[in-house]
Amino acid sequence: MYSEKVMDHFNNPRNMGEIGHASGVGTVGNAKCGDIMRMYLDIDENGIIQDVKFKTFGCGAAVATSSMATELVKGKTVQEALQVTNKAVMEALDGLPPVKVHCSLLAEEAIHAALWDYAEKNNIVIEGLKKPVSDIAEKEEDVSETY
Amino acid sequence: MIMKGKNMSKVIYLDNAATTQVYPEVLEAMNPYFTEYFGNPSSIYSFAGEANKAVAKARETLADLIHAKAEEIYFTGGGSESDNWALKATAEAYSDKGKHIITTKIEHHAILHTCEYLEKKGYEVTYLGVDEYGTVKLDELEKAIRPDTILISVMTANNEIGTIQPIEEIGQIAKKHGVLFHTDAVQAFGHIEIDVDKMNIDMLSASGHKINGPKGIGLMYIRKGVKIRSFIHGGAQERSRRAGTHNVPGIVGFAKAAELAKASLGDRIAYETELRDYLIDRVLKEIPYSRLNGERQKRLPNNTNFCFQYIEGESLLILLDQKGVCASSGSACTSGSLDPSHVLLAIGLPHEIAHGSLRLTLSEKTTKEEIDFTIDELKKIVDRLRSMSPLYEDFLKNGGK
Repeated sequence: MYSEKVMDHFNNPRNMGEIGHASGVGTVGNAKCGDIMRMYLDIDENGIIQDVKFKTFGCGAAVATSSMATELVKGKTVQEALQVTNKAVMEALDGLPPVKVHCSLLAEEAIHAALWDYAEKNNIVIEGLKKPVSDIAEKEEDVSETY
Repeated sequence: MIMKGKNMSKVIYLDNAATTQVYPEVLEAMNPYFTEYFGNPSSIYSFAGEANKAVAKARETLADLIHAKAEEIYFTGGGSESDNWALKATAEAYSDKGKHIITTKIEHHAILHTCEYLEKKGYEVTYLGVDEYGTVKLDELEKAIRPDTILISVMTANNEIGTIQPIEEIGQIAKKHGVLFHTDAVQAFGHIEIDVDKMNIDMLSASGHKINGPKGIGLMYIRKGVKIRSFIHGGAQERSRRAGTHNVPGIVGFAKAAELAKASLGDRIAYETELRDYLIDRVLKEIPYSRLNGERQKRLPNNTNFCFQYIEGESLLILLDQKGVCASSGSACTSGSLDPSHVLLAIGLPHEIAHGSLRLTLSEKTTKEEIDFTIDELKKIVDRLRSMSPLYEDFLKNGGK
């Protein structure tokens, strides 16, 4: 069902844990669909993500996408992190079963939510960052309706 | 039961509600009907007589297990077919009387999806709720009966949480109101005592592969006098009610499994119940924030179903699988849908708890050592997943509230 990469990240999640005084924390997800992700970012004064941690309640794909997302943003600038899409997460994991694609959306959203929190705390505006939706299921429905 | 998996490592099989091992005696009984007595039982020549005799004998053996008459047993392709047949054919045959059917919210999808289909065809279906243990409320059942009610369909025992329904009482209510009573006994047949007369059952579905028989064979018990039409057309088999060449090896294997099940029933119930209760006690005692789903006493002897708060079922199953433990979950992810188990929601669990469920179903060959190993691994897995869970983090930060 899952690729080897997904299984590797599920079994050996990278950057799992918490950051005590994080620059930004974002929690997204939906207990109804069974996935909740929390992302912690430690961002230095140059806007570089020095450290990132995650916690996830969810299926194998939810854990793996969170783990991969942290790898993709670690060491990057805020602007670079913003460019990490769910597609990038999926590709880095060698794909996901169709029913699990929403997990990658959730990972993207979790990064955005943490960045949003960082921006609010520091009273800055990150260009291109929209206020994250806390409930990814609603967003998915919106997407399907526009098709 | 020790088996070897694909990678030759040890497998602990705790998913006997999904399917069971075909016993060697069953396979042995089936074999001659593939190669030696392969004749079509409907054929006239004496060579087919062996096959014909075997089917007749099997029908008697299976009838005997539920105290029915041989001519009231109809062979089908499995439990789902029997459920479909019972509902669709009754709906059609009795549509002059009415178009109302009563069932429950916790039925197997073979019942629920057939009911949805019938709703689209103009039938009305009442889905009864259940209490927190998954037991149908008899007063609600009786209240739901209307003059146009043609069928009550309530499962004998639930496939997820193992709760055994008060079938005898439901049968009495159905009889009192002159409504037909069907029960999906796929999980119960051969696992607990069933008496179709004592329980006033008019129709009953059962399946071979849940009792160490082969897959692809099932039966429907239809009480004499119940008018129900053919579902599969095309031949005079099964008293013209179910066409199709008899699956002779399947029928023979099903009957052999039923014979073994009958012989071992008392001992098996005692053994499985003891092991089940040991498993339940250890899990509830040793894993914090866990709960047992379903009725504690009136449950299938081989069924356990737990929820572990703050973790999700699929992750749990993958990690158990890596330890060689085959288990299942009411979790959405395993079924490809995003909704958690309809059964766990029906007993009142919130979504996030319903997502963390685990079903372990035993067999008479499950050992205490296997159960101990599973619990020890389970404890580590639950700890690990909780350490990753933002819900558990919040719980701890809120001082364990």
